[in-house]
Amino acid sequence: MPEFITNLLPDVVLQYIQDWGLLDIGAQHIGLPHFLIVGAILFALGVFAIITRKNAIMVLMGLELILNAANINFVAFSRFGGMNYDGQIAAIFVIVLAAAEVAVALAIILNIYQTYKHINVDEIVELKK
Amino acid sequence: MEQIPQILNDLQSNVDFYGIVFIMFSALVVGSGLMTVLSKKMMHAAVGLLFTLFGIAGLYALLAADFIAITQVMVYIGGILTLIIFGVMLTSRVTDIERKTDAFASVSNTAGVAIGIACAAFLSYVFVSTKWLEIPVATIPDGTITQIGTLLMTNYFAAFIVAAVLLLIAFIGAALIARRKN
Repeated sequence: MPEFITNLLPDVVLQYIQDWGLLDIGAQHIGLPHFLIVGAILFALGVFAIITRKNAIMVLMGLELILNAANINFVAFSRFGGMNYDGQIAAIFVIVLAAAEVAVALAIILNIYQTYKHINVDEIVELKK
Repeated sequence: MEQIPQILNDLQSNVDFYGIVFIMFSALVVGSGLMTVLSKKMMHAAVGLLFTLFGIAGLYALLAADFIAITQVMVYIGGILTLIIFGVMLTSRVTDIERKTDAFASVSNTAGVAIGIACAAFLSYVFVSTKWLEIPVATIPDGTITQIGTLLMTNYFAAFIVAAVLLLIAFIGAALIARRKN
């Protein structure tokens, strides 16, 4: 932290930064919880997209965010949690399943668009007319 | 307050290249994830998803999972994102008409924000407060491709075959569903 910033901050704030480890961002400090928290935030963003968006493709993007959050956790546990390659292979299978899921979901969405001329999930109540 | 210079010394010694790269990729993931979720236009959301997926590939590289990082870039950015962009272009009109939504739209937005924040807060609390059994891999391997290939051909062979058959069935089914019926 540069000198001119630390001169501006009061001592109490510096003490808090020290106690909470807010600036412990070296390689020896960044561990499992940091990556898990990034995954948690990504998961929350995906849940938000799935709940609030009306467009079916936006719901699909939220689903992708959730799958990626799970993947980050798998790879983080394979690095730090002793899963050691098993977590990475689980991540590979998640990627494969995501590819298959997106292909089928987009095919269904295209079919719905040909039927309804829109893909608003609030108004679609049946797959055929 | 004479321990403050010691604190400054610690702060300076605790920041290194790995940490800065981690912060940058995390900010990229979270920021463009917010752009994905919040933008009104579908194409902007797709571009946000691109940067999110790229940042996640960077996080995989930081976690010494080089094969997963390459797979992420090739499959997600090269395949899935292309499919999603094609879906966006095929299902949007030239003039983006505001679809009518039900009366619960604002309620749904508020509930979505509340549930999202609750999810993030609860999961972060659990992740921080749990005493994880941290066993970092002793030596960072030069590359993980050999090990992953060996494991896929031995321990996970059945799952590998099932995934291959599933992909074949899914793509045949997708082609059948998407074809216009006359």
